[in-house]
Amino acid sequence: MLDKAIIAELEAVAGKTNVLTGTVDRLTYSYDATADVPRQMPDVVVLPTDTAMVQAIVRFARERRIPIYPRGAGTNLSGGTVPLKQGIVLSFQKMNAILDIDPANLTAVVQPGVVIGALNAAVAPHGLIYPPDPGTVATATMGGSAAENSGGLRGLKYGVTKNYIMGMEVVLANGEKVRFGGKTVKNVTAYDFGTLFIGSEGTLGIITELTAKLIPAPKFRRTMTGAFRTLADAGNAVAGIIAAQVIPATLEIMDRMTIRTVEDFAKIGLPTEAEALLLIEVDGMSADLVQAESEAVMQVVRDNNGDLKTAQTDQERDQLWTARRNALPALASLNNTVILEDATVPRSRITDMLVACEQIGKKYNLVLGTFGHAGDGNLHPTILCDKNNQDEMARMHKAVDEIFKVALEFGGTLSGEHGIGMAKMRYLGDELGDSGLNLLRSIKESLDPDYLLNPGKMVPVPEV
Amino acid sequence: MATTTTAEPRPNRTYHDELAVIREELDKCMKCGNCMAVCPVYGAEKVESAVTRSKIAVAQAVLDGDLALDDPEVYEMAFNCLVCKSCMTNCPTKVNFGRIMLALRAALVRKNGLPWLKKMIFSTLKHPKFFDASMRLGASLQSLVFRSEQGGRAISPRSPFALAGGGIGFDADRKLPTLQSKTLREQVPEVVRSAGATVKVAFFTGDSLNYFYPDAGRDLIEVLTANNIEVHIPKGQNCCGVPVLVHGDVDTVRALARNNIDVFEATGCDYLVTGCGSCGGAWQHDYVELLASDPVYGPKAEYWAGRTYDISTFLTRIISLRPPTGRIDKVVTYHDSCHLKKSMGVATEPREILHSIPGLTLKEMSAPDACCGSGGSYVLTHFQTASTIGRKKAEDIDRTGADTVSVGCPACMMQLLDNVHRFGARQEVTHYISLLAESYRRERG
Repeated sequence: MLDKAIIAELEAVAGKTNVLTGTVDRLTYSYDATADVPRQMPDVVVLPTDTAMVQAIVRFARERRIPIYPRGAGTNLSGGTVPLKQGIVLSFQKMNAILDIDPANLTAVVQPGVVIGALNAAVAPHGLIYPPDPGTVATATMGGSAAENSGGLRGLKYGVTKNYIMGMEVVLANGEKVRFGGKTVKNVTAYDFGTLFIGSEGTLGIITELTAKLIPAPKFRRTMTGAFRTLADAGNAVAGIIAAQVIPATLEIMDRMTIRTVEDFAKIGLPTEAEALLLIEVDGMSADLVQAESEAVMQVVRDNNGDLKTAQTDQERDQLWTARRNALPALASLNNTVILEDATVPRSRITDMLVACEQIGKKYNLVLGTFGHAGDGNLHPTILCDKNNQDEMARMHKAVDEIFKVALEFGGTLSGEHGIGMAKMRYLGDELGDSGLNLLRSIKESLDPDYLLNPGKMVPVPEV
Repeated sequence: MATTTTAEPRPNRTYHDELAVIREELDKCMKCGNCMAVCPVYGAEKVESAVTRSKIAVAQAVLDGDLALDDPEVYEMAFNCLVCKSCMTNCPTKVNFGRIMLALRAALVRKNGLPWLKKMIFSTLKHPKFFDASMRLGASLQSLVFRSEQGGRAISPRSPFALAGGGIGFDADRKLPTLQSKTLREQVPEVVRSAGATVKVAFFTGDSLNYFYPDAGRDLIEVLTANNIEVHIPKGQNCCGVPVLVHGDVDTVRALARNNIDVFEATGCDYLVTGCGSCGGAWQHDYVELLASDPVYGPKAEYWAGRTYDISTFLTRIISLRPPTGRIDKVVTYHDSCHLKKSMGVATEPREILHSIPGLTLKEMSAPDACCGSGGSYVLTHFQTASTIGRKKAEDIDRTGADTVSVGCPACMMQLLDNVHRFGARQEVTHYISLLAESYRRERG
């Protein structure tokens, strides 16, 4: 617990109402959306309202060796915002202004606390979108999603967060403020600082402003689903769509366990005997192009023995999306603990990965369903277990270890979009090797030598 | 570390009686934070303790013995909620947060007792005659305290009362409905017959229609009569109990529920209709849950739950509404009251009624089901947050260009009246049933 003098100084910097010290307030910043990770209450929560305040807090904390945990909305799935070593949670919920929308340059400048969905609502009247769309668009902040490099359903065609951040303002661990990038499409001045901080999970610096890239909103779209009797047919259909030179905006897959659970949950008439369901959406700026692409997709689905459904109206599109939207809620309804992984493989190994996940679930006698982004190889094997059943939790941990092992064997990665945080830190060496870990550590120590920014995440804190 | 509850709930206890009963509901929460997208209190305050997942985490900490139930911070957090149930519509795992909040507040009241002020107010509710008398006294004194506005339909506090009441929103800008000198139930007979009526309907007026909006109550009766329905308005009915329930006074609300059930049973009617989402929600859900272990009143509550409808549902689903022909040239927007939409599931029916009125144009606002910030007495206890929420609603209303805001819940009517005056274009605020009644009246020329 920080002493009263320190709290008083923080109050002097940030204002009394922006410094929370009550037990209830601190408890509510002790967790994020991640299941099965430790919780820890911070000593104090500070809600800065401008960059100067952030700098003052960082300088103050550094002098006293107090850890700082930057936090957006706390919706991440890797334990990335849990204040493991107490100290200060720096919550950006109040720095939520959209500073500039520039249709001529296709950019927006935002404070880190702006919710992704709020930015999209603000740019919609200009016919523009900010494409990255993690499942949490309605709640997650721009700062948090940049720090986590969030992905989403449109990754295959539109890319992920790092493709849409053109400039930033970052407060470094020494309290200095640095600005780089901006509204220009091209910029090769100095190192590409953006890639350093995007996906850094708050361990290298604190993002205080972002310049985001916008694109014209696609004017036309077609949505369809294909139900397949074998996983091989579904996998071949995914490959076939890409081979037909169509890049869908959405190419999602659900396995049989997920299909059946969704059907039990939502009763929407899904084919429960199917082994896999694909949800495919193509979009674009011209009706002809979208028509041609959707016909190509339909042909591929039929060629691979898929049972095809297409949407003609927005209402029908909504019905097709219902299954995918209900995937996580339906699975989650089966038990009190939802372990949602995001191991990712090259697109060509999707079928192998689905089969492997199913076998791992059986091997450890677990309820496991897999759904996810087939188009970019990012799957969500989801294990439903009872947190009060120690034996089941132990089997779950073994299964997760094995899922990561298999993903790496297939040439994939530990995490496609959720990040490392504290949940996957111990697996890093398996993918990066010692030299990779050394690189990680040397970058961390050159920017934050005292391990005061989000300590305990991504890079292990050295034992003293 | 205080352990305040037993680990396992005892049999025959509802969540109103024992916090541990709610444990399973708490465990459903994944802490995903989807509630942040819709929670009006979080939207205004932007701190975690305002939002649903955090209130659930605190309730879990109380049950685990990590936080004391009577910690003032727990108390403050538990009452910083509108009980609007918006979070429930956006919850992927369908956590029934309404139950959690009521369970927590009831536990607090068991531990601490009702604060004396609330005790005073609620004790009058148990004695309808005394409550009537105090409301009438209020009606006769209000001209001293309030200035009359909007052709006598709204009032504002006069100084020095405005000055004294500024902290809780009774400043000089405050707009409130006029307290009527005669209540609705005094204005109408106990049975309003209709020639050739084959269906008998009992009208549960609730307090707000009875005391603040008797005109809307009379309009509701008129509409039923125009549809050839016999209406019973039993004088013995009292408050639905929701205002008491949300403050954790379980004993009082059970007494109110039992009395209301007796009174409505005596009418011999086929259906019960309401013109207020909170009252209707009480009959449809809360009475059943409150009386679940009562062998006599439990089944009666179940019976009435299945026969209670919002007036709009009754008109469009149970009978078939006689289409009105009187023209009303108005541009109207419709606000979805939280309890009407989120407790009773009523959203399309009032819109169907509005669409059926010739000349009337319905223009939807953005997020019509976003809470208006009333939350019954929340607006009095948390005026700043309620105002921030209300301002957003007023701005959404303004953008429609509508001249009238229609709504299906009198508590929202009060809050909207204040907010369109404070922040908006001073649109007319009306119950949707009053527009239908007006259309029928215009048929007669």
